[in-house]
Amino acid sequence: MALLQISEPGQAAAPHEGKHALGIDLGTTNSLVASVRSGSAETLPDAAGNMLLPSVVYYSAQGVPQVGNAALTLASEYPLDTLQSVKRFMGRSRNDVAGSEYQLGGGEEGQVRFLTSAGEITPVEASAAILNVLAERGRNTLGADIDGVVITVPAYFDDAQRQATKDAAQLAGLKVLRLLNEPTAAAVAYGLDSGDDGVVAVYDLGGGTFDVSILRLDRGVFEVLATGGDSALGGDDFDALIAAWAQQEYSLQEPEPAQARALLTAARAAKQALSDVEQVNFTVPGLPELTLTREVLEGLVQPLVKRTILASKRALRDAGVATTDIDSVVLVGGSTRVPLVRAAVSEFFGREPLADIDPDTVVAVGAALQADVLVGNKPDSDMLLLDVIPLSLGLETMGGLMERVIERNTTIPVAKAQEFTTYKDGQTAMSIHVLQGEREMVEGCRSLARFELRDIPPMAAGAARIRVTFQVDADGLLNVSAREETTGVETGITIKPSYGLEEDEIAEMLRASWEFAAEDMQSRQLAEQRLDARQLLENLQSALDQDGATLLETAEREALLAQMAALAAGQELDDIQTLKMATDSLARASESFAARRMDASIKQALTGLSVAQLDQLGEAD
Amino acid sequence: MRPVTITEAAANHVRRYLDNRGSGLGIRVGVRTSGCSGMAYVLEFVDETEAVDEVFEGHGVKVVVDPKSMVYLEGTELDFVKEGLNEGFEFKNPNVSGECGCGESFTV
Repeated sequence: MALLQISEPGQAAAPHEGKHALGIDLGTTNSLVASVRSGSAETLPDAAGNMLLPSVVYYSAQGVPQVGNAALTLASEYPLDTLQSVKRFMGRSRNDVAGSEYQLGGGEEGQVRFLTSAGEITPVEASAAILNVLAERGRNTLGADIDGVVITVPAYFDDAQRQATKDAAQLAGLKVLRLLNEPTAAAVAYGLDSGDDGVVAVYDLGGGTFDVSILRLDRGVFEVLATGGDSALGGDDFDALIAAWAQQEYSLQEPEPAQARALLTAARAAKQALSDVEQVNFTVPGLPELTLTREVLEGLVQPLVKRTILASKRALRDAGVATTDIDSVVLVGGSTRVPLVRAAVSEFFGREPLADIDPDTVVAVGAALQADVLVGNKPDSDMLLLDVIPLSLGLETMGGLMERVIERNTTIPVAKAQEFTTYKDGQTAMSIHVLQGEREMVEGCRSLARFELRDIPPMAAGAARIRVTFQVDADGLLNVSAREETTGVETGITIKPSYGLEEDEIAEMLRASWEFAAEDMQSRQLAEQRLDARQLLENLQSALDQDGATLLETAEREALLAQMAALAAGQELDDIQTLKMATDSLARASESFAARRMDASIKQALTGLSVAQLDQLGEAD
Repeated sequence: MRPVTITEAAANHVRRYLDNRGSGLGIRVGVRTSGCSGMAYVLEFVDETEAVDEVFEGHGVKVVVDPKSMVYLEGTELDFVKEGLNEGFEFKNPNVSGECGCGESFTV
């Protein structure tokens, strides 16, 4: 049983038509994946419950690359084979990247390549490996294939960097719905895109980088006015300053690498704890305990925070806006949890920043919301919501049943297609009867139009693929077209469905559908059962005409014919159970005939083939 | 007529989703035709009910069913289940006689 999610009213997807989209924050240090489920955008954890996937890929001489924490633990042992921060190399040539901790290959002009034990690896390939892991997590969590992704990129990424990101997605087998600027994604997460026009400042202080972006919202479209920042300033620098402070307190000259790492770990823990309390114990194994107060911490990081404010000031100047023009400020990145950072931001911009959404996941959440709209799970928000369809639209199928194609209360404009097939061998035309209403049987619905699709090539019943598309435009005009997919034969008609229907007539049609719900279910089942019976009779008759004389004894044939006559006579009965039993019994009675026909056709196919040819056939299997 | 019920786990999730959404009276469950095996379930947020709707309440959550769907859903229990990383709502419908392979649609 497929597991369901809750949809917006009137937006439930037809079976197998629900689209699955992911928002991916492909970060320098860590990456995240999010998706909209039951109306909420949430980041998706891996099996161990981790949201963050370290953007690290390890390439060994053999085997598949390792990604994430597994790769991170190998970084110190295999520094040249463990690629970190590949985002800095995306779309870059060797000319662009001055110094690097890796051995680089590739021409001066072309894409830079890392020389690893697994050979030359491009940043695109390494990014694709990360995307692969995130997409797999998405597939496992949603229990379905991914129809499309939105990947976020820094606002300052140029065309080459954006193209490289798209290439990575393609390499990972993902369809990119759109690349979204990271600050825009954060603004979307807060729903700022649905507001009126305005100016938004996005302050993004991550682990290793600081970005500030000034966006202008104009009729639902974000324009990047200016970006600024410091590609070598982030929370890691805060940790380094605290570690340096502790080293001084302990009067350590040159700490061992292991001790230096322990100091950094303790520094990070102390920094995080000080976001909630005024003072913490600073503990490092083998050394006495220290006390670190928030005041001391703030004294240490104050110069760094000041640098971010100066960069923000420059970005505002580049954008040509004053702080008083800013309508909203959005915080992104884990380091914005530091109270001093928040205070500095709200003081500089003169307003409280938006910080309700986890600053580590806000970009991925915005990307997921955008992906959900772009993949088609929501009505396009750019489209004006004009009207809804008052009654379902559909067509007549065999047995006098109404098959609904567009459900009532669907917002227009809308287009939906459904595939139908032929009912009889050699059928060359199909009559399309367009209906409106909520009842199960054609008689209970309103007939809107009829037209015929001709020139269907003669095929076996069920082989033709006829795609019928219902399209209602913004003005409420219904256009129905039918197309035979193998030949491309097409025909259609335009109707105004609500023409001549008064409010109370619509209400009456709805009321009848509720009142007769139980009867409708009965008649639908009866019609389906009759259809089964008729189809069996027709198939059996054509089989008898072909092979009845050669494969059946006279007595057998007559027994079958007698049962068929009985079922044909009973077809008009209103009793579903009797009809079902008669159909099943005839189906059983004809089983041995069907088996004999199968044997005969296999024999025929094999006759005249030599042993050598048969061997070849066997190998081809 | 046997009512449509909701398990506590499902009700908790519905409440959480409603809170996140910020509005809504409850959830609407229903069926509609189409799909590879006859009928398909519908699960939606409810912003307004109609006079003819059946409204059930379980664990503090309103479950709304239109009269047309009611005949197919009598006695159904809505549950929330986890399968590996995947999680979502599941209909336990005593009226079902067959399902398509993936379970997205069913026949009565």
